Amino acid sequence: MSKEFDVIVEVSLREGIADPEGLTIERALPALGFNGVSDIRVGKSLRFVVEAADEPEARSQVESMCERFLANPVIEDVNITLGPSA
Amino acid sequence: MTARVGVVVFPGSNCEHDVVEAIDAVGGSGELLWHKDNSLGDVDAVVLPGGFAHGDYLRTGAMARFSPIMDAVARFAQDGGPVVGICNGFQILTEAQLLPGALYKNQGLKFLCEPAVLRVESTGSVLTQGLSVGDEINVPINHFEGNFICSEQVLSQLRDKNQIVLTYRDNPNGATADIAGICNENGNVVGLMPHPERAAHPLLGSTDGAQMLKGLIGID
Repeated sequence: MSKEFDVIVEVSLREGIADPEGLTIERALPALGFNGVSDIRVGKSLRFVVEAADEPEARSQVESMCERFLANPVIEDVNITLGPSA
Repeated sequence: MTARVGVVVFPGSNCEHDVVEAIDAVGGSGELLWHKDNSLGDVDAVVLPGGFAHGDYLRTGAMARFSPIMDAVARFAQDGGPVVGICNGFQILTEAQLLPGALYKNQGLKFLCEPAVLRVESTGSVLTQGLSVGDEINVPINHFEGNFICSEQVLSQLRDKNQIVLTYRDNPNGATADIAGICNENGNVVGLMPHPERAAHPLLGSTDGAQMLKGLIGID
């Protein structure tokens, strides 16, 4: 029997690749009075529900979608959070 | 015989008619191909034109690489057929792994629409075979995501195998090593951010792009 799993995939630029959006936001913050903010990285998150027999199968499905489609490994890293749907 | 050049139309492509017009003007015969086709017909060369294929959703080129016609494009490229990706087409070719690297948002986050001076770095590609190394040519750019990124390892391979085709004289977007265009090892697959079709008539201010497109249809 298949179960449902809630998934959050966070896609961010790989370490070492300049993030022009992050830099722009970082430069804007002091003008608004927020000082001492550094290392802003802008990414995107995808939330969805996946059906699978168990958690390892769900995770392996999500990993393979990330590799083939959801992220570009040349420039992006992914972080997958996954657990049974409530 | 007149060389037939297929120009692939994805939902959101917007430079396809300009490319057909420019191909016709230099003596070829341009025709539109639909992204859902499974075959390229009898064309002698393929162009993936600029625009916003599939709305650039997820990433530029990320959806387009799975369009049905892309399998045929990959086979055609593998068999040595000339394939050129212009702007969004370049982004699609990298996503499809027909060319290495990736195109990311311009440094400075500005959409750039302006003339660009390019330096010809290699004449080993189908687009630059009629030019000379060191030539400076004028071809406009029109993009938000033209910042070419690749690993150190890929960059040295590009250098060693003479795959860097064009560089910017004044790097407008932060691209690695000023790269404006690259090709595969055989030189038959080329991707470039500048738009040769927009520099293909004296009224457009430059005919340097026409010279490149002539290479594509086999007239030097």
